[in-house]
Amino acid sequence: MDVFLQQLVNGISLGSIYALVALGYTMVYGIIKLINFAHCDIYMIGAYIGYFCMTFLGLGFLPSLLVAMLGCMVLGVLIEKIAYKPLRNAARISLLITAIGMSLFLEYGTMFFVTAKLRTYPALEGLMAKSFTVGGVMITMQQVVIVLTTVVLMLGLQYIVKYTRAGKAMRAVSMDKDAAELMGIDVNNTISVTFAIGSALAGAAGVLVGVYYNTINPLMGAVPGLKAFVAAVFGGIGLIPGAMVGGYVIGIIEVLVMGAGYSTYRDAVVFAILILILILKPAGLLGKNVGEKV
Amino acid sequence: MLEIRDLNVHYDMIHAIKGVSLEVHQGEIVTLIGANGAGKTTTLRTIAGLKKPTSGAITLKGEEITAASPRHRVQMGQALVPEGRHVFPGMTVLENLELGAYLRRDKAGIAADIEMVCGYFPILKDRRKQLAGTLSGGEQQMLAMARALMSRPEILLLDEPSMGLSPLLVSEIFAIIKTINGAGTTILLVEQNAGMALSIASRAYVMETGSIVLSGTGAELMESDEIRKAYLGG
Ligand SMILES: Nc1ncnc2c1ncn2[C@@H]1O[C@H](COP(=O)(O)OP(=O)(O)OP(=O)(O)O)[C@@H](O)[C@H]1O
Ligand SMILES: [Mg+2]
Repeated sequence: MDVFLQQLVNGISLGSIYALVALGYTMVYGIIKLINFAHCDIYMIGAYIGYFCMTFLGLGFLPSLLVAMLGCMVLGVLIEKIAYKPLRNAARISLLITAIGMSLFLEYGTMFFVTAKLRTYPALEGLMAKSFTVGGVMITMQQVVIVLTTVVLMLGLQYIVKYTRAGKAMRAVSMDKDAAELMGIDVNNTISVTFAIGSALAGAAGVLVGVYYNTINPLMGAVPGLKAFVAAVFGGIGLIPGAMVGGYVIGIIEVLVMGAGYSTYRDAVVFAILILILILKPAGLLGKNVGEKV
Repeated sequence: MLEIRDLNVHYDMIHAIKGVSLEVHQGEIVTLIGANGAGKTTTLRTIAGLKKPTSGAITLKGEEITAASPRHRVQMGQALVPEGRHVFPGMTVLENLELGAYLRRDKAGIAADIEMVCGYFPILKDRRKQLAGTLSGGEQQMLAMARALMSRPEILLLDEPSMGLSPLLVSEIFAIIKTINGAGTTILLVEQNAGMALSIASRAYVMETGSIVLSGTGAELMESDEIRKAYLGG
């Protein structure tokens, strides 16, 4: 039982990171129906910004997190404006290919500037390095910080989406773009806001993963990015609560698979889940099975 | 109030609107009737700024708005109730109404207007916590109209508000259109239900394959043989 609980704790920590990244996939998909392949690289760049803030500027965890979120926010908005916006009326496949190109550009662009070598996040000190045991389950302070940060960000996101003007505009545009325009909503602006929020969350996830697993590299986004994408599809692509639930489910399953001694198969299991979901319930856990509206 | 001059609109190779001119004066109900595919919806979408015309000019309250954003047109006091309602299905009735007032900041005025539109459509008050996607077609039409009124338009464009509704509901909707007009809102009404539309319109235009082929007062067109044959069933 203790072992199971321990894995649950680890799974929730990992799941938090997937959930944060999955949110960006799902929000962008909801609003422009694009699977933003470059999203996982925004997460990677967030990890690097956090790394540079902590290592060279000597900033603490929270300031580094905020700087990374801000940096990724700007990056996400720029990517949308430069690469995706000119293709707003082009065929969807063009947009998808552009996103893949953008992903490669960010990965190898980063490699050019920071080299491909692994970087190690500075060791945590003081309170952040502590851990404690509750009922036989060890919880590290890092895990607490990860889950706490994620919960705060998700509550903030829920608040923005449900109660603010920008959030209402986002929901309106994702449901019906023409109708949103008829309300006087600025669609371009709203798309920018969506990229900004999604990218900031990915940036936060990047810093959290750096703190949790310590090493980062320019290609670190690829596999977690795919898993976060699976999480988004699992919960129902386009649905914000779906991405949250999906992220935790995928994180927990992955850790349980590893705990059961099948570490080699952890990725395979996640992708098998994707295939199963696509066959059994293509709209995802929280989605309604309706034909795609054009 | 609203004036359109020599409007031409294309969908790629399709010339959907061919040199259409029409005008709507303050306080009028003007109706635009015509068969399927005549170009009525395209005309309204172009007036609302959702579709860019190839040439021609649209003037609203004396200001040329041909290239203006839909947002600017809403700010100037124009609202469109689109064909097929287009309510936000995953939002509640109340949230839909609030979005209708998206460009307004006067909280008290918005609250008062929600009361006002619920006066026109009492069913919306009962359903205000319900998701718009779960409403019946008639209720969605009422919501779409109420939502458009939330921007306090001076001119309201309506695209086939009677589509798919029971005859009883159609009369109810038309009565409300007259009430809204009586309260000072100018109306441009697109309809296939020509009889109903002509009966409440001060003036009317008839559209065929992208052009205006006839125009006159509602009463004149009701009397016209061509109209009776083509649109009023004898
Ligand atoms: N999105 C589009 N792409 C291409 N052609 C279109 C599009 N929308 C309309 N058309 C064409 O433009 C013409 C006018 O269509 P429109 O919808 O404006 O007619 P309508 O008078 O509103 O018809 P209805 O009474 O059926 O609503 C039609 O020939 C139609 O096929
Ligand atoms: Mg039409």
